[in-house]
Amino acid sequence: MKKNSILTRHNTTGWLFASPGFGLMLLFIVIPFILAIAFSLTNQRLMSPNAAEFVGLENYTNMLDVGILVVDPEIDASGNILVDKNGDNKYPRLRKFTRNNPDYPNVQGMKEWFSFSWGEQKVAIMASDLVFMKALVNTLTFVAFVAPIQGALALILALLINQPLRGIQIFRSIYFMPVVVSIVVVSLLWRFIYDGQNGLLNSVLNTLTFGHFKAVDWLGNQDTALGSIMAMSIWQAVGFHMIIWLSGLQTISPTLYEAAKIEGASPWQTFRYVTWPGLRNTAVLVVIVITMQAFSLFAQIDVMTSGGPLDSTQTIVYQAVERGYGKQDISGGSAMSVVLFLLVLSISLLQRYLTREKN
Amino acid sequence: MADLQLKSIEKNYGSTRIIKGVDIDIKDGEFVVFVGPSGCGKSTLLRMIAGLEDISGGELTIDGKVVNDLQPKDRGIAMVFQSYAIFPHMTVRENVGFGLTVSGVPKDEKVQRVNEAAQILQMEHLLDRRPSQLSGGQRQRVAIGRAIVRNPKVFLFDEPLSNLDAALRMDMRMEISKLHKKLDATMIYVTHDQVEAMTLADKIVVLKDGEVQQIGSPMELFHKPANRFVAGFLGSPSMNFVKVKVVAHDNDSITVSSDVIDEVVLPRHDRDVAVGDTIELGIRPQYLEPHHGELKGSMHGRVSLSERLGTETVLDITLADGNKVIASISEDKVFEVDEEISLCFDIEKVHIF
Ligand SMILES: Nc1ncnc2c1ncn2[C@@H]1O[C@H](COP(=O)(O)OP(=O)(O)O)[C@@H](O)[C@H]1O
Ligand SMILES: [Mg+2]
Repeated sequence: MKKNSILTRHNTTGWLFASPGFGLMLLFIVIPFILAIAFSLTNQRLMSPNAAEFVGLENYTNMLDVGILVVDPEIDASGNILVDKNGDNKYPRLRKFTRNNPDYPNVQGMKEWFSFSWGEQKVAIMASDLVFMKALVNTLTFVAFVAPIQGALALILALLINQPLRGIQIFRSIYFMPVVVSIVVVSLLWRFIYDGQNGLLNSVLNTLTFGHFKAVDWLGNQDTALGSIMAMSIWQAVGFHMIIWLSGLQTISPTLYEAAKIEGASPWQTFRYVTWPGLRNTAVLVVIVITMQAFSLFAQIDVMTSGGPLDSTQTIVYQAVERGYGKQDISGGSAMSVVLFLLVLSISLLQRYLTREKN
Repeated sequence: MADLQLKSIEKNYGSTRIIKGVDIDIKDGEFVVFVGPSGCGKSTLLRMIAGLEDISGGELTIDGKVVNDLQPKDRGIAMVFQSYAIFPHMTVRENVGFGLTVSGVPKDEKVQRVNEAAQILQMEHLLDRRPSQLSGGQRQRVAIGRAIVRNPKVFLFDEPLSNLDAALRMDMRMEISKLHKKLDATMIYVTHDQVEAMTLADKIVVLKDGEVQQIGSPMELFHKPANRFVAGFLGSPSMNFVKVKVVAHDNDSITVSSDVIDEVVLPRHDRDVAVGDTIELGIRPQYLEPHHGELKGSMHGRVSLSERLGTETVLDITLADGNKVIASISEDKVFEVDEEISLCFDIEKVHIF
């Protein structure tokens, strides 16, 4: 037998070959990750003459602290509840409690997140970092809509283009095209589509309704901004997941479909008993990848709305960047990324647990 | 259970003709085997019967009804595939009952019919397993179970044993044969293996390049092959063909000879020949009788390989003109390599092509 060359006999060779990739990962993923954890425990600023100090979990508490404030309505001298012109109870301004009020240390410096009435009283949920809370809710909303819709849509497209028809390749390319274009470019283009005055979407809707549709400033309106970004994000990446589904579909043996056909299965039964079970592993992959991508929503926000209007499109990653670089509060930004990491990690683990092989 | 007729069935892929007008009559309860070399169109023909491929021309009748345009499920057929095609994520029970599940058979009836099928195939103990926990033979049993549970009129098998190892193949072959007797069902079975064809069939259909070569019982085909292809295809080792010249002929006999065969008088076959024609003699290896030395027999050659199997000796013989023949003797006999030998044969057992 031929003697192994020195190259294949030594472990060092393997490490040498791996080192470029390994080094880059170390430099751009592992080290920043460790740094983020380290920074998040200090009061480090992006540029500052002062040395950073260890502050423990202060960044986290500043970010995550919420408090409940129960407020009694204002009463006049005779003990009657004062009402405003709409007939609602009048309440004292919350500032009275949050600004240097020694009786209410738990809501010190907090702002009202949302409130509801409870009998005659008003219950206010207070947050010390209101923008982060909004970003958190927006991100979760985004994930909750985008993940299932994008996954399902991608599956439908994959099923459609998995037919042995002539010219089906063309559709495959068309659906995949948005994935190839940079998200920044796509976002810019969609800004024109969503434009409030003469955007494409408004014109189309206007034409379709014979002029009855009132133009909407899709990105400038609190109620439509996040939804518009969701729609565009779903459109942009659906082709990517379609390809993943497609590869899953093509691992299913055609003979199984023939067997199902012979046994008399309807198209729906074929999907239920042959296709869907055959896509199990693909489904786990798609769900986890979509969720992680959705959580990292940033470019669309940066290009299209910068988090506005009125923080209605703030997201965690956008806030982390904004905080870290815009406001130069690198420790606060780091803390946010760590929170996001833990969030995504726990959701992914949960998804894996829920979709595990039950045998 | 039903009759089945194929009338000038054709299949074209684009301009390529794959099945070129096939006529076959299959009677109720018959076990018919389509046999032929790989690529001759056996599977295509079977899949057309199943309804998995469109029929380009001709008429397919099952139980007196033309079914050309019916969906597979409306043809009353069940099919067993070479690759088993059982659903990997379902238990054996679910697999066997699949056809009943999708057609909405009530649960009690389903349980009962699945159990019956399992009992026929002796696999009750496997019902709760998954396909990944089964051997190849057991998987094929499940596939057969899925077929019989629906009580189809016609069973279709596409090389069901080709993925199994030799020993298992023989067991399953016998099992399928027993199953046919038990169910008394019409079965169509595709194989490239002539042993399977000979042992299983009531009727064999030999196909080549999309055309029927001969239809008949195994012994008809073996003893009276219609052409050289059928003769060469059935029997193992396959038939020897030796070219000879016609020296003389009359009403009862033909006299032939060649460089390697001494003049020999054969009984007349129903074939027109003229003196000087070159014809081919077909002699099965079992009917060639080798002798030491050049003298005894009428064919002469030299041993190039001798395989001794104990109960059988197979000789590879190079004739004087360089062509090869094979002789198979049903006893253990010693022949040396390179030994000059002569071969006798029974003139009654010679085929002329
Ligand atoms: N979809 C198809 N398109 C074109 N030719 C095909 C197709 N399917 C089968 N064929 C051809 O038809 C012939 C018969 O195939 P098949 O019936 O599978 O043969 P067998 O089962 O006898 O081995 C082969 O030559 C094969 O190349
Ligand atoms: Mg085949």
